[in-house]
Amino acid sequence: MFTFILRRLGLLIPTFFGITLLTFGLIRMIPGDPVEVMMGERSLDPQMHAEALHRLGLDKPLYAQYFDYLSNLARGDLGQSLVTRENVWAEFTTLFPATLELALCAMLFASVVGLLAGVLAAIKRGSLFDHGVMGISLTGFSMPIFWWGLVLIMFFSVSLGWTPVSGRLDLMFDIPPDTGFMLIDAWRAEAADPEYNAGAFKDALMHLILPSIVLGTIPLAVIARMTRSSMLEVMQEDYVRTARAKGLSPARVIFVHTLRNALIPVLTVMGLQVGVLMGGAVLTETIFSWPGIGKWLIDAIGRRDYPVVQNGILIVATLVILTNFIVDILYGIANPRIRHAK
Amino acid sequence: MKRSKQWLIAAGLMASAAASQAAGTLIYCSESSPGGFDPAQYLSGADFDASAETVFNRLVEFERGGTKVIPALAESWTISPDGKVYTFKLRKGVKFHSTDYFKPTRDFNADDVVFTFSRMLDKNHPFRKAYPTEFPYFTDMGLDGNIAKVEKLDPQTVRFTLKNVDAAFIQNLAMSFASVQSAEYADKLLKAGKASEINQKPIGTGPFVFRRYQKDAQIRFSGNKQYWKPADVKLDNLVFAITTDASVRAQKLKKGECHVTVYPRPADVPSLKADPNVTVLSKPGFNLGYLAYNVEKPTLKKLEVRQALDMAVNKDAILKAVYQDAGQKADNALPPTQWSYNKAIKATAYNPAKAKELLAKAGYPKGFEMTLWAMPVQRPYNPNARLMAEMMQADFAKVGVKAKIVSYEWGEYMKRAMKGEHDAILIGWTGDNGDPDNWMNNLYGCDSVKGSNYSKWCYKPFDDLVQKAKVTTNVAERSKLYSKSQEVLKGQVPITPIAHSTVNQPVRKNVQGFKVSPFGLHSFYGVSVK
Repeated sequence: MFTFILRRLGLLIPTFFGITLLTFGLIRMIPGDPVEVMMGERSLDPQMHAEALHRLGLDKPLYAQYFDYLSNLARGDLGQSLVTRENVWAEFTTLFPATLELALCAMLFASVVGLLAGVLAAIKRGSLFDHGVMGISLTGFSMPIFWWGLVLIMFFSVSLGWTPVSGRLDLMFDIPPDTGFMLIDAWRAEAADPEYNAGAFKDALMHLILPSIVLGTIPLAVIARMTRSSMLEVMQEDYVRTARAKGLSPARVIFVHTLRNALIPVLTVMGLQVGVLMGGAVLTETIFSWPGIGKWLIDAIGRRDYPVVQNGILIVATLVILTNFIVDILYGIANPRIRHAK
Repeated sequence: MKRSKQWLIAAGLMASAAASQAAGTLIYCSESSPGGFDPAQYLSGADFDASAETVFNRLVEFERGGTKVIPALAESWTISPDGKVYTFKLRKGVKFHSTDYFKPTRDFNADDVVFTFSRMLDKNHPFRKAYPTEFPYFTDMGLDGNIAKVEKLDPQTVRFTLKNVDAAFIQNLAMSFASVQSAEYADKLLKAGKASEINQKPIGTGPFVFRRYQKDAQIRFSGNKQYWKPADVKLDNLVFAITTDASVRAQKLKKGECHVTVYPRPADVPSLKADPNVTVLSKPGFNLGYLAYNVEKPTLKKLEVRQALDMAVNKDAILKAVYQDAGQKADNALPPTQWSYNKAIKATAYNPAKAKELLAKAGYPKGFEMTLWAMPVQRPYNPNARLMAEMMQADFAKVGVKAKIVSYEWGEYMKRAMKGEHDAILIGWTGDNGDPDNWMNNLYGCDSVKGSNYSKWCYKPFDDLVQKAKVTTNVAERSKLYSKSQEVLKGQVPITPIAHSTVNQPVRKNVQGFKVSPFGLHSFYGVSVK
């Protein structure tokens, strides 16, 4: 097991360097430096331009800039945003709770609905319900997130008026971001001052519904399809047939003998969805004005805010890699065949 | 936890999740997070709305909804006979904001004005050393090179000495970047080694006091109870709800989740106009979208060619398709609301047959090939440059000119355009300071050939007029000079003016007193919510 973990860790190092090189190179391949982008149609005073580039360290050769970047990283310094001049790590920690809260709710929605739909589709294999679930999940998987978000807003928020259009909380509430998790902050504020903050928690919850659905749609489709196929596979196993032959109730056969075993590959897929969620967050956060890291990165790319783009992507990628690493380890623990594979 | 009485009122109404509106609280759906709160460092409306228009004042300011300059922190000023020395008498009893991060011990005075401008002028200023930054707008308006010194004569009097006469100087001081900072606060930050906080925790004298900013989410201000113009503060709270997507902003306004939004896309305007709870205020934009011909290119150097292209463009069709009728056909090289505008100048009539004749006369009977640059982004003066370019391409094809549409990423587009790589380019401008020099010299003058003069057109008879106007302080005389320069420009056709887009500003019906800014800014003093 120890060798297995070491081997996996060994793979992390080149991946990490690959990401630094890729983000550093890609953002610089986009034409225009931060000063030029800011100036727009205005004339750019060459002296001011040179001074600004010097101050930002962007007048050095690229290899020197990359070396500076790596040596700062080694010291744990993620640098400052070129636009706001705030520490990148501080900006990340302020915004990440919003993304995490949304991702967790989206995953909860995707898991509960996806598992249920997958199990039912497998039990009723070949039925209209089965075809319906498979059809809908295929559509969900191929849905453009931007369009889907706007359709939901038009229908549920504007036409029916059931949900808020965007944001995390009605701005008539003035709740300071103590933890950054709006549900927790609103809950605490309401508990502390029920009179002043009545309805804050419910309002925060209402704001989470549409973005969670939008962000959870693709993972939901994947989970539903994976659950169905895994269930069907396990249902063919001898031990399930034996369980049935023993006269166990259908519910016990499905939930105890089949689902538990069918869940192993599904859990792996759920782990892999963390990357999908991070990618989807970029668009979902833009549509719903959700102040998380997705929106932060998009803005930073537009403004050529190199440190934010480089280090923001690096942090997100590290999180995704670590999640997959943990999933790998857990899977290795659960399945010795993986652990011993060369 | 901070809260005010409004939240008590609001709480009672907030039993349901539906948005309930506390009296005196206005929510504005802004388009993006500000870069920071030090207006001198920035250039965009989103940055200025969040700082200059709320927290700060300037010595002089533009009247709300107009381009006329009125006294603000300076009660009055005098100009020396040679036009180079400006002496400002400062307003007494103006208080800087008192917040949990700074409590002022004195009122606004000359030290604050001297600090504000010295920081921008002097690269060795201690504050600038501690917190190095550039001041792009200050530089762009040429003030870094033209202000010789700023002196305190007494606590209520400040004197600016210029190197050269600049008739637009007062207008420039009304611009957002010239917002007056507190010298006392800057000193405190400097001593504490926290100079950079000037950009995060602003202290000004303006109508709203900064309270809290949550990146990408909201900015909260409260009404300044000690404001020197108390009647202007009608809101207890002002909240910026940062909402990036234009369609979402429109939906939020319809649903009442915000009272005012930044300008909508033309496509959203009809549905907003149809909403019974929304009023769409309209104003001719203080902008111009135009096609600039690079006269440094051998073909476009010929006047007949430029004249031919000018009459080959079907502006009416463009106005309908690109501006969706939310625009006004441009006759001249500056907007009609700019003083000195020459009304006698009319747009060249669409005449492809005559255009062909002119091309033949210029030696191009079979036309020629050229590049036509289209901006990759939507701008206030041009909502869809790609479509406009395609329409022009078809218009030019009719007279035998084969235009190849070229586009680059926005930063690259501007960089190459300033270098003059284009043949013809779609570009535009929104006025900065309400002064004709900002148009005539900045866009068409010889000084700007290496920058924002995209026609690379340096024509002495024209330039002499605008340079003379720049150093003439008598407004009537200046107006005559600019009027004449517009005739010269019209005759030489360095550009084809296309349109001035109409500014549509949607607000909820319960918002009172909102005025549309010609500069594309959003100010909330004097505004109330019923």
